Amino acid sequence: MASSAKEPVDISVAMVTDPVPLADWLIIAPLILCTIFGAVLLMVRKDTRLQPIIALPGLVALVVIAAALLAHVVSSGPVTMTMGRWLPPFGISFTVDILGALLTLTGAIAALAGGIYGAGDVNNSGRRYGFYPFLFLMMAGVSGAFLTGDIFNLYVWFEVLLIASFGLLILGSERGQIDGATKYAFLNLVATTFFLIATGYLYGIFGTLNMADIALKAQAMEEKAPLVTLLSLYFLAFGMKAAAFPVNFWLPASYHTPRVVVSALFAGLLTKVGVYAFMRVALVLFPAERDMLGWVIAVIAALTMILGAMGALAQTDFRRLLGYLVISGIGIMFAGIALASPGGISAAIFYALHSMIVMTALYLASGLAARASGGFSIAGSGGIYTTHPFLAAVTLILFFAVSGLPPFSGLWPKVILVKASLDVGAWWLAGAVLLSGFLTTIAVGRVWVLSYWRPAPEAAAAGEEANLNPVIDYAPLVMLTAIVVVLGMFPQQILELSQVGTEQLLNPIEYIRSVFPAGGAQ
Amino acid sequence: MRTLIFRTVAPYLSSLMVLFSVFVLLRGHNEPGGGFIGGLIAASAFAIYGIACGVSPVRRAMYFHPMALSAAGLLMGSVAGLLSIFAGVPFMTGLWVTVPFFTEELKLSTVLLFDIGVYFVVVGAISSIALALEEREVE
Repeated sequence: MASSAKEPVDISVAMVTDPVPLADWLIIAPLILCTIFGAVLLMVRKDTRLQPIIALPGLVALVVIAAALLAHVVSSGPVTMTMGRWLPPFGISFTVDILGALLTLTGAIAALAGGIYGAGDVNNSGRRYGFYPFLFLMMAGVSGAFLTGDIFNLYVWFEVLLIASFGLLILGSERGQIDGATKYAFLNLVATTFFLIATGYLYGIFGTLNMADIALKAQAMEEKAPLVTLLSLYFLAFGMKAAAFPVNFWLPASYHTPRVVVSALFAGLLTKVGVYAFMRVALVLFPAERDMLGWVIAVIAALTMILGAMGALAQTDFRRLLGYLVISGIGIMFAGIALASPGGISAAIFYALHSMIVMTALYLASGLAARASGGFSIAGSGGIYTTHPFLAAVTLILFFAVSGLPPFSGLWPKVILVKASLDVGAWWLAGAVLLSGFLTTIAVGRVWVLSYWRPAPEAAAAGEEANLNPVIDYAPLVMLTAIVVVLGMFPQQILELSQVGTEQLLNPIEYIRSVFPAGGAQ
Repeated sequence: MRTLIFRTVAPYLSSLMVLFSVFVLLRGHNEPGGGFIGGLIAASAFAIYGIACGVSPVRRAMYFHPMALSAAGLLMGSVAGLLSIFAGVPFMTGLWVTVPFFTEELKLSTVLLFDIGVYFVVVGAISSIALALEEREVE
């Protein structure tokens, strides 16, 4: 009231004054959609019949929005929207480049598959305890992490997805689940604390949290010492989130306990958020410091992929084996980051997309196999090939893909990665990639021979025939497997996209310019 | 805790606290206060009522499930941010309208709507935890 008497204030020094085109709302749309659907589903969570009817169209809409966002980013380069109209670096920016948009789209596809499978797999009590609201809130956290351009905001989205994942993990309140959830929660909270401490140091050094602003200021910074420490802290925090070698033990301890669909979503989404966050911090914010740490990351990557595959060899439970395969894949992505050459990073991006799809599909397949043969034990089941030949065929495709055998999607990123490591003379890294692929082939081959190919043991054969619904149970699996096959047969498009995404990461000038059109706030 | 004095006072005390929480929520616009602290005061009002008279009267009094209340608050917050799409400004920008209210002018804003959303999220989340804990104690 008092201000109206004074002369008008010039808001253009502190605020965005250009009108925001409608297409820019795509940046924030995945988040708004997930929050709104999560809230509505939470309000009607007692109506278990209504839950999938509301949720599935919402997940389809999420995929459509994410695809539109990718198309927008491909056509017009990185785009930014700063919340509340405040100019960056003071307002919280959401900046999307091709890497963020690709991962958001793939995550949305994995969530859709999980949502459809959940309609058949999650019973009424699971729905009443909020499977679908948690799924949407977790997706809000995952897409928020992929889209944000502010490092503290990234921390907040990590918390959002973590809290939703706690809820999903204990959906059945069984003893084993609580046990797994305790380990998961404790180790993830430690990782989150490291992340927060590192961000506190970072704010102390730079006085800003906007990633584009940090990237600019880190280039100008002369003394490198504190930044290497900072990047090592981030490496520890994100390595823990991603389940890289010395800090990976929480994953096999917890991923086999929840419902199959929850394991599938976790394997597809959560560890990749850690890899993405490390890519962003190491390649965009501190590229010079990353070069110093390159050999550390490479050694850890090699150990992660080989020990992950060896862990998979030793398992007797199908789902625990898959947990180790997730870890082995994380090693391959970190190897790409360690090389930091255009080939290495585009292989890491491609492998992340491949791994999100394949690991989700494999967990869903393991759930169907368990229903078909009566359990997750590899040695105790058998004869799936004779009773469910279609399921067996689909699973065989996924086994080939996860081992990196042609003609499926796992082949191309590994080929590029091996070539990129040989180019810089890192023959041992190339050897580790090939060895881990070989060990993975043996591990999944063992599952194939024992659970699928071998005739059913007498005891299991006497059990009743499991009926699998052709739509709800098979549709998500077939959808994901189709993507695996298409990516393997026609990798050109994704390859080009990940190469462009790599250029944007290695030379983030467009990223920075989309946040600061005038070239910087200083 | 079911003494006669406490049971007689608790309904008056909690209604006063809920009223005060709404005051704090609206005051928070320009002065200390706001949705978060207002929500905490309201949730403690429900907790006191629950300690004095048992959990089921509180659930009856709240009518909606506390989780549904907090979901409604989350929805309100998202919608408050989304309204700026019609003004052509970025997400979560504060928008104002002035409404004549008898002789005074009333300033309404999306910021206020967001703050009311925060209030409901806090009331719902905290009281659902508090009521669940109080229920365990009785059994």
